[in-house]
Amino acid sequence: MSGAVRVAAGVPSERAVTLKHGAGGRAMRRLIEETLTTGYDTAGESAPAWAIGLTALDDGAAIPVGDGWLVVTTDAHVIHPIVFPGGDIGRLAICGTVNDLAMMGATEPLGLTCSIILEDGFSRAELERIHRSMVAACREAGTTVVTGDTKVMGRGEIDGIAITTTGVGLTRAIVPDAGLRVGDCLVVTGTIGDHGIALMAKRHGLAADDVLCSDVAPVNGLVRAALASADGAIVAMKDPTRGGVASCLHEMAGKSSVAITIHEPVVPIRPAVRSAAELLGLDPLQIANEGKAIMGVRGGETAVARVLASLRAHPLGRDAAVIGECVPGESGRVVLDTGFGRRLVAEVDGDPLPRIC
Amino acid sequence: MPDVVGLEAARELKFRDPARARELAQALERVCAEVGRAPVSVMHVCGSHEQAIAKFGLRSVLPRTLDVIMGPGCPVCVTDLPEVDEAVVLAQDGVRIATYGDMLKVPGTAYSLAEVKGAGGRVEVVYSASQAVEMARDTTEEIVFFATGFETTAVATAAVILNDTPPNFSVLSAHKYIPPVMEIVAEMPGTRIEGFLAAGHAATITGWSIFERFVERHRIPVVVAGFEPLDILAGLVKLVELVRDGTPRVENMFPRCVTPAGNRNAQAQLWRVFRTTGGRWRGIAHVPNGNLRLRDEFAHVDARRRFRIDLQRLWTHAPSSLAQLCICGDIMAGIASPSRCPLFGRECMPETPVGACMVSSEGTCRIWHQYGGHPSL
Repeated sequence: MSGAVRVAAGVPSERAVTLKHGAGGRAMRRLIEETLTTGYDTAGESAPAWAIGLTALDDGAAIPVGDGWLVVTTDAHVIHPIVFPGGDIGRLAICGTVNDLAMMGATEPLGLTCSIILEDGFSRAELERIHRSMVAACREAGTTVVTGDTKVMGRGEIDGIAITTTGVGLTRAIVPDAGLRVGDCLVVTGTIGDHGIALMAKRHGLAADDVLCSDVAPVNGLVRAALASADGAIVAMKDPTRGGVASCLHEMAGKSSVAITIHEPVVPIRPAVRSAAELLGLDPLQIANEGKAIMGVRGGETAVARVLASLRAHPLGRDAAVIGECVPGESGRVVLDTGFGRRLVAEVDGDPLPRIC
Repeated sequence: MPDVVGLEAARELKFRDPARARELAQALERVCAEVGRAPVSVMHVCGSHEQAIAKFGLRSVLPRTLDVIMGPGCPVCVTDLPEVDEAVVLAQDGVRIATYGDMLKVPGTAYSLAEVKGAGGRVEVVYSASQAVEMARDTTEEIVFFATGFETTAVATAAVILNDTPPNFSVLSAHKYIPPVMEIVAEMPGTRIEGFLAAGHAATITGWSIFERFVERHRIPVVVAGFEPLDILAGLVKLVELVRDGTPRVENMFPRCVTPAGNRNAQAQLWRVFRTTGGRWRGIAHVPNGNLRLRDEFAHVDARRRFRIDLQRLWTHAPSSLAQLCICGDIMAGIASPSRCPLFGRECMPETPVGACMVSSEGTCRIWHQYGGHPSL
C-alpha cells in the first residue's frame, strides 16, 4: 500500500467539541451548562438583580430598568448555503435576533448590532446583496442596526461569511419560556419544519425553490398583536429554531416542571414539507423554524380563541393552531398522540442538519 | 381534470387512516383473545418495521397479550466487531472509507470509524453504493466502500460492481442475508417465537415463496408486511390468526409490492456477485450462510484481497468493562428488552453508545430511547 499514513488512535470524542454540540439538542445543552455558563457572577450584592440571566438559558437576558425590563439577546449565524429559498444569511441574522427579543416579550427592538466576519475573496456583490436583505428585514421588523464590527480572515480560515447580531429591547412584562402550568394549551403560530427542510432540499436538489421555502421572518409584529389580545393569557413563549418544536417543548416542559401531550394530526405541516421530511428520514417536529413561536396559553377556551383569532388575523399567523396541552406527569416528558397510538417525542441527537442557522 | 389533492388524500387515507387502524387494533385484540393463552410472541426481523411501530406509537395500542419482538433485523447492529475492525484498520492506514452514516459510531474492538475520523482518518458518509463509486471516479486514491445491509442494499452493491467500477474502487462487504438467521432464531433453545413478520422491502427482491421451506421445516407461520401503520396492523392480525388456527403457512399482506418470485433480475445480480458464507452476527451466533461475500470472479474489487488487513494490532485492547454488560445479543434474539439492560438510558445513550443497538436508527435500543418502548404512555 503506497502513501499510507498511519492515523493515530482516536481522540476520545468526549474531549472534543463536535458538530453535535451545535445541534440544539441535549449534547449542546450539556456543553453550555457544564462549561460556558459557569463561573460568572449571577448572585452577590454587587450583581444586578437578574430577572433572567445566563444560567436561565432563555432566549435572552432581562435586566431590570426603571419599571420595566431591558431585554438583550445575541445570535451567531453560519448558515450554508448563504442564500436559500425564502431568504439568505442577512435576513436570517436580523430575524433570529428580533425573534429572540420578541420571545421574551420585547416586541419593539430598540436597535441591533451587527458583527460580520468575512473570508478573503468573498464577493462584494454578494455582500451587498446580503446587506440589502438585512436592511429590508430591519424595515419589516421596525428596527435598525445601530453599530457594528467587521473582520476579514484568510482563505480557508472561515467559510465565506459569519454574522453575529445582538439586539436590545424594552418590555413591561417578561414572558419566560418556563412559565407553563398543567392545563395550559400550546399554540404554534404556523406551519412547522419549513426552514430546515427548505435547506435540506436545496442541498440535495430535491425540489424547486418555490415548493419548499424557508419561513424566515421577523415575528415581533405577530407576537405583539397576540400579546395585546391575550391580556396576560400568554404565559410562556419560545421560538422553535434549532432542534425544532421537539427541543423547544422539551425545554419548556423541563423548565416548567410539567409534561406535554401533542396531537400529531393537528400540527400544521405543509404537505410538501411532510413528503420531503419523509423522503429524507427526518421528523418535522425536530426540524428548525425561523419564523414561528410556541406559546403557552392559560385561561381555557375563551383565552385560546382570542389568541388564535389575533394570530390568524396576521399574515404570518394564518396557520396558527392549538397543538397540545400541559398535563401532569414526569417533568419534561413530551408525548405525541399520533392518531394511531402514543409515543415519546425525541430530542435531537447528533446533527441531522448541520449549519441551518 | 383529475382532482390531484383528492387523489393524494385517498392515497394517504389508505394506509394512514386512524379509524381503520382502530378497527384493526380491535380485530387484533379479538384474535389474540381467541388464541386462548398468553402471551402470543411474534418476531419481526426488520429495523424499518420497528421504526414504523415506534414512530406511529403502535405499541400503545397492541393487545397486552401480544409480544411483538424485534429480532436481528438491524444490519448495523449485527455487523460483527472484526468487520468494523477491518474498516478501522484500513482507515488508520490512510485508505479512504466510504460507508453508510449509521456505521460511523458502531464500536469496534478498539475504535469506531467516527473515532478514527476524529483523529484524522478519512471516513466519508455516502447514501448509496453508486455515490461511493462516484467518489472513486473523482480521485486516483483508493476508495473502499464498507458495504453493510441485508439483501436490499446488497443488490445495490452488486449492481455497481457489475457496472464497471473504476480501478481504485473496492468493496469491504459486511452484507448479511436474512433467511438463515430466521432458522437460527427458530431453533434457539427456549425460543418463544410463534410467528414471523417478514420485511416487505426485502421480500420485493426475494419473493415471498422463499419462506415456504422455512415454514415447512419449522411449522411457524410467516406473514410478509409493508411499513405503513395499517400494513403492520393487518400483518399482525393475519399472523395471529395463523397462530390461532395452527395453520403455519406464508401469507403475503404486501401484495402491492411483493410477488411469489420477487425481482428475478435483482436476484440474478445479487447471486452473480455474492456467495453466502457462514460468519458471526454480533450478539447472535455463528450464522451458517448468513454473510454475503464477493465471489472469486470479483476478487479485483474485493478489499479483503486487495489490501493486507492486519487486525492483530487492535487486539491488544481489552473490550471495555461496560461492553461486557451490554445485552444487545439477548435483545436481538428476542430474549430481553432494552428496559432490562442496566446500561440503557444511563451509560448507553445515542451520543455514547456501548452496544450497536444504540447506534443505528434501526437498532432496538436507539428506537426505544427515541420513542419510548413502553405502551404505558
